[in-house]
Amino acid sequence: MLKLELDPEMQHRARKAATSIVDSLKWLFEEYSSVTIERTVLRLLGINGATEEGTPYPNVVCDHLQQRNALLRGAAIPLANAIIYTGMTAQQIAEEVAIGNLDLTKTPVSSPNEIYQVLDKLSDKMLIHITKQRETREQLLQTYGPRRIPAIYVIVATGNIYEDVVQAKAAAYEGADIIAVIRSTAQSLLDYVPYGATTEGFGGTYATQENFRIMRAALDEVAASEKRYIGLTNYSSGLCMPEIAAMGAMERLDYMLNDAMYGILFRDINPKRTLLDQYYSRMINAYAGIEIQTGEDNYLTTSDAIEKAYTVTASQLLNEQFALLSGVKPEKMGLGHAFEIDPDLEDSFTYELAHALLTRELFPGYPVKYMPPTKFASGNIFKTYLMDAMFNFAGKLTHQGVQLLGMLTEAIHTPHLSDRSLAIENALYVFNAIKSLDENIALVPDSFINKRANQVLKEATDFLERVEKEGLFRALEKGEFADIKRPENGGKGLNGVFHKDYEYFNPFLEKMKKELGL
Amino acid sequence: MKHNIILPYGDKSGDGKVQLSFTLPVPPDDWGKEAAKQLLKQMGFEGIIICGVRDLHEGFTHFIAYAVTHCSIDASKIKVKKVETPIMEMEEVDEFIRENIGRKITVVGACIESDAHTVGIDAIMNMKGYNHRYGLERYKWFNAINLGAQVPCEELLHRAREENADAVLVSQVVTQNNIHIHNLTRLIELAETEKLRDKMLFICGGPKISHELAIELGYDAGFGSGTYANEVASYIVVTLAKKLAQKS
Repeated sequence: MLKLELDPEMQHRARKAATSIVDSLKWLFEEYSSVTIERTVLRLLGINGATEEGTPYPNVVCDHLQQRNALLRGAAIPLANAIIYTGMTAQQIAEEVAIGNLDLTKTPVSSPNEIYQVLDKLSDKMLIHITKQRETREQLLQTYGPRRIPAIYVIVATGNIYEDVVQAKAAAYEGADIIAVIRSTAQSLLDYVPYGATTEGFGGTYATQENFRIMRAALDEVAASEKRYIGLTNYSSGLCMPEIAAMGAMERLDYMLNDAMYGILFRDINPKRTLLDQYYSRMINAYAGIEIQTGEDNYLTTSDAIEKAYTVTASQLLNEQFALLSGVKPEKMGLGHAFEIDPDLEDSFTYELAHALLTRELFPGYPVKYMPPTKFASGNIFKTYLMDAMFNFAGKLTHQGVQLLGMLTEAIHTPHLSDRSLAIENALYVFNAIKSLDENIALVPDSFINKRANQVLKEATDFLERVEKEGLFRALEKGEFADIKRPENGGKGLNGVFHKDYEYFNPFLEKMKKELGL
Repeated sequence: MKHNIILPYGDKSGDGKVQLSFTLPVPPDDWGKEAAKQLLKQMGFEGIIICGVRDLHEGFTHFIAYAVTHCSIDASKIKVKKVETPIMEMEEVDEFIRENIGRKITVVGACIESDAHTVGIDAIMNMKGYNHRYGLERYKWFNAINLGAQVPCEELLHRAREENADAVLVSQVVTQNNIHIHNLTRLIELAETEKLRDKMLFICGGPKISHELAIELGYDAGFGSGTYANEVASYIVVTLAKKLAQKS
């Protein structure tokens, strides 16, 4: 078996630095909230839908409160107060607010006891629904058996949810274990979640609760006939991280792309906003039993995959600590990495093996997610197909948790039906061909692979200790991560962050924390 | 065989052999195979061999085929519009600017509108560049400002005016439903309205962009995938130098 000997002292130092970096941000998680966190609370309390102009009702209510400087106690209290006063449902209140019939800051104030009672009842109702969804998933997995290692993960991205369903079902019948519906480009920068089934998108399909529901039903249908659970993924990232997590929890999504720092670095979203939103979104994912996946592949597509290999490791360690703080269990952390080394480089595959083993062994028992070659995928589909086979070989040999399959037409178009089918055929062939190969081989003593893995670990440790010393915000500002400079008060979405009033109350935060033992 | 007539080559000159792969909403049986054959016949192919039939499920089948075409091209009639300025290396570009222009060249670049994919603009503009070819930030005589992804056209033009830019670089990677054409057209129309179009060079790039398309859309030049920073830099400096010479 391929087994590294990773320096235990170095692992300890790296984790210690990552823990200290993450712990230094606890003030942010404890004292602040954001507009999308409050909209999440509104959604979980039963507000859904959108006005005729397309403004989602959670935004209507949240904006209404923010404009009246009445959001500092959170959105839950004023909503509950209005429910008591009017006797209407949360949804009816949102609709009345939208047409200007109701001002939530002008309703008579009920006693705190009454307000907490209403919120207790409503939050229990939703949490019971989410728990049921989690139990359904667990039961189905028990019935159909555990998922493949690595699980076969493919994307669909037609822009039309009904077309996506056709492609997803075809892929699932061919052997895909996980379907990711790629979002329409630019959705990450929308400060709202669109509503309803959508049939037009660019480079992907809008993440909406209705689209989640449609795809969930389609995949359950295939699962029932194939006797294999088909997982569904979306993106809890961008400006609406916790809202998407909540929608996924309600509709039984199984995975969420949910990186702690991706939004900051690669979407120029304000650092405080992203860190705050990831904290709450991950708590929802943890509660719902949703496996999170992180986006370390992005560090390599923008930089050299050998020179900057340590940034992947460092980011994985930070993602791990941030996730633990939100109550995510290691077996639900799909930390990411990628096969992005220049194929012209001598021993490129040997390097890849070293990096893949490092991720695997630094995070034992975690469902780590391996991303395919994209940077050096050219229009030469035959070469790309070969690189994808090498990638599948590395993934199977090192027992990655999830293998996001490469497409031979990467860099040309969003996958055609046949592209995806060929990718699955490629993976199934390789996985089957080397099923027990790893049981028959071992690294020679003092191998290059072992040295290389330890070197990357050391570079990551040095880096994390440097960030620990200067502080995460300062490091982001200096461009220490991915060579991209992100000032603490720059980027999008800062005006949606606010300091919580001492009376602030979020019924879900309290209950989830308790359930997750935080 | 006449050398100026071009036909596909399999393993003999002029055999016209081509390789095809496509998907039809038909079952993977003889009936479906016949449908694939007839489609190829309608396209004018002969000697059709359907060598691969793959069931894609949900009522679709993937066909892999070889066939013979009698279509041919007269080599003397091919015209390609391409950027014709000479290509220099980074050091040569810097030297060229110093000698012929004598001041720093300001370039403002971005992925505009909905496009979130910075791989193209980063390869051309960022210090690191791509495949060991440095980006414009590395050039001594370039002031390169990369605004990144999802930049509204208005913001890009505003910045270009503010910086008194010599050139605007636009990258478009996502091309589903021809969104790139829409975005690129919007930018050039806005530039015209704001009277910026003739004040600076407008250059676009991306996997589905050719020089010909760029010209058609009203840009000065267009670059496809595989372009390095020095090619874009060479075009910019040579064109600017020519413009300067015309003025004086």
